[in-house]
Amino acid sequence: MAFEYPETLKYLDSHEYARTDDDEGIVTVGITAFALDQMGDIVFLELPEIGDSLEKGEKFGTVESVKAVEELKSPVSGEVLERNEALIEAPEQIGDDPYGDGWLVKIRATDLDDLDDALTADEYKDQVGG
Amino acid sequence: MTLLQTPLYSACVEQKARMTEFAGWSMPVQFSGIKQEHQAVRQRAGLFDISHMGKFELRGPGVIAALQTLVPSNLGRLTQGQAQYTVLLNPEGGIIDDLIVYLKSSPVGSGTGLETVALIVNAATTDKDKTWLLEHLAGTGIELVDESRDRALISIQGPAAAALLQPHTSLELNALGRFAHRDTALLGQMAWVARTGYTGEDGFEIMTDPDTALALWQTLTEAGAAPCGLGARDTLRLEAAMALYGQDIDDTTSPPEAGLGWLVHLDEKGDFIGRSVLEQQRAEGVSRRLVGLAMTGRHIARHDYPVLYQGDRVGTITSGTLAPTLNIPIALAYVAAPLAKVGQVLEVEVRGEPQGATVVKRPFYRAK
Repeated sequence: MAFEYPETLKYLDSHEYARTDDDEGIVTVGITAFALDQMGDIVFLELPEIGDSLEKGEKFGTVESVKAVEELKSPVSGEVLERNEALIEAPEQIGDDPYGDGWLVKIRATDLDDLDDALTADEYKDQVGG
Repeated sequence: MTLLQTPLYSACVEQKARMTEFAGWSMPVQFSGIKQEHQAVRQRAGLFDISHMGKFELRGPGVIAALQTLVPSNLGRLTQGQAQYTVLLNPEGGIIDDLIVYLKSSPVGSGTGLETVALIVNAATTDKDKTWLLEHLAGTGIELVDESRDRALISIQGPAAAALLQPHTSLELNALGRFAHRDTALLGQMAWVARTGYTGEDGFEIMTDPDTALALWQTLTEAGAAPCGLGARDTLRLEAAMALYGQDIDDTTSPPEAGLGWLVHLDEKGDFIGRSVLEQQRAEGVSRRLVGLAMTGRHIARHDYPVLYQGDRVGTITSGTLAPTLNIPIALAYVAAPLAKVGQVLEVEVRGEPQGATVVKRPFYRAK
């Protein structure tokens, strides 16, 4: 099955994506379309509080589907600026627009170099088999 | 390990099924999606490949009498063309498997004094059951034919099941009662049709040769039955509070503990394996019972999660899901017998956090 993996994003092998579309070191994190399809219907989303500090590679939340419970890993170290409250209320909508309204948290990254070892769209696509 | 493939494997792959390993078989887990498939069965009709299930035919003298010693139910209630749900028990009263026993021809019906009985058992327990049966039928003159890998089994379930199947058989489907079964012709080929299922809806389970099964699968999907996978099969059976072997019931759980006391007919029959334990449980009661739980929040209570009461561990979740029809998380759990009453408020420990749950009536869902 073919899924969309925007070229402008960076990816973790644990299926989170990171977007850095401004210069202020703010990173938007979500879950890839592939992972959401694998998980099936999402029923619960647990996200950190605004102001929480996150460590790169550490758990920052939980996503629960009918099939499984998965930990969310942060692609960068930094501080939580915003979280998607609408999605906490209606987690089943995450799959409607994973790279848009389906974002999870916005993080003020301590160091954007944290993303240097993240995967490109092509590398991620290879990893999940297209 | 090479996985076994049912006769419908290629049809499922062609219909874009996501396949998974189940009991050594490669089986479809979902086609269009669990929720859509689930609703198709509740509202219209769904089609399941259940060819992986164990299929035995027992032929010879006194088959029912021999089976009576292995199950707690009175199989003497069976008449030709009827079936009964029951369990095989071990000496400790634990459940070796749950199964359906079909009386295909009675001594009178066959005119020869011989009986033919079909058994449909779980896929994961087929070999274990076969060993147990052969051991206990030795010397009886009863022959066990294992058709598990040779015959196909299709299940069509849902309120429109009879209407979709009827054009392809001369058998008057609506005259077939629940748990009744017949040999008949389907698409011009020999088939065996039973009005049974594992979804809480009306429906039929159909055994045929592999080619006929393939033709029937195509015909019924073209007629509008939604192909369904094991994922929807699980959510459907759980809403109907039907036990899943290996999860809700196993060798260590007895029928009265598992809410299957209605299968035990102590006063109607003689000795059977496990009888003394069930007599003791009837006299003294059981210490735990299987209950239905409705979760207060959105978290799913999953297999092996602890059940708590006032902070103390009082039980264990055996199955849980988000019930698609009810749109709340539901679960089955063994809890201490004094707490096993409808309305009892409990907690389920979900990854370290206690979450509210209430004991509710089973089944969670009942077809109108």
